[in-house]
Amino acid sequence: MEKTYLQSIIQINEEGYLTDFTQWTKEIGIEIAKEQGIEMTDKHWEVIDYIHDKYKKEEPLSIRGIKKSGVINIKEFYQLFPGGPLKKATLIAGIPKPKSCI
Amino acid sequence: MQKTKVKKMLFILSKATIENVYAAFIMANGARMEGIESEIFFTFFGLEAIQKKKLEHLRVATVGNPAMHIPTMLGGLPGMEALATKMMKKEMEKLDMPPVSEFLEILADSGCKLWACKLALEMFHLKEEDLIDDLDGILTVGDFYNRADQENTHLLFI
Repeated sequence: MEKTYLQSIIQINEEGYLTDFTQWTKEIGIEIAKEQGIEMTDKHWEVIDYIHDKYKKEEPLSIRGIKKSGVINIKEFYQLFPGGPLKKATLIAGIPKPKSCI
Repeated sequence: MQKTKVKKMLFILSKATIENVYAAFIMANGARMEGIESEIFFTFFGLEAIQKKKLEHLRVATVGNPAMHIPTMLGGLPGMEALATKMMKKEMEKLDMPPVSEFLEILADSGCKLWACKLALEMFHLKEEDLIDDLDGILTVGDFYNRADQENTHLLFI
């Protein structure tokens, strides 16, 4: 599937996740966040940076990992990305939805 | 993104064997991760999972558990439960599954409500101070049902 963000055509899957991370830019991240009703702040970006770092190292994301990350605690994480924080954060970050059950 | 129809999951945990406790925890945490509200009501032996002194000593049942694939007689030998528990915990650690105390912290921080059953507490002569600090309160069955009194809520007995 395709979707237009800021005049560029982006490849996405049926859930809206980017299928090609190289197409991702910070501006597109802001647009996706807006669709989810999230206004990006510095703290949001710190989390996105952490998620990108894990993605590049091919390390799986989990809520336990967030707890240990030192970037953010779980309570804040749920406040920043309401309604399924890892799902929302990875959507904004332009990477695939995590497959883990924990 | 599709809107989920399930709004709230309520779990009743009545058992203290590791596999049951983790089933409840993983399902409750998984609900929160999907943006679904979740709560756990600890009753009967399930209370062991929220007793400060007991929660790190939960075990796998080796007797009366056909999935262990060992003869029941052997399962009853001294040390068998401890051995099976140790092996299971090792496998869980490999999958980055947190220990019980850490899992309870994660659940509480994620907004999962943790309740103790009033009747079971009285039956086991337990006091609130015997239970974890993250507990949200002590409820009667009626109180718990009231929490289920909204659309798209599911109750699950474990």
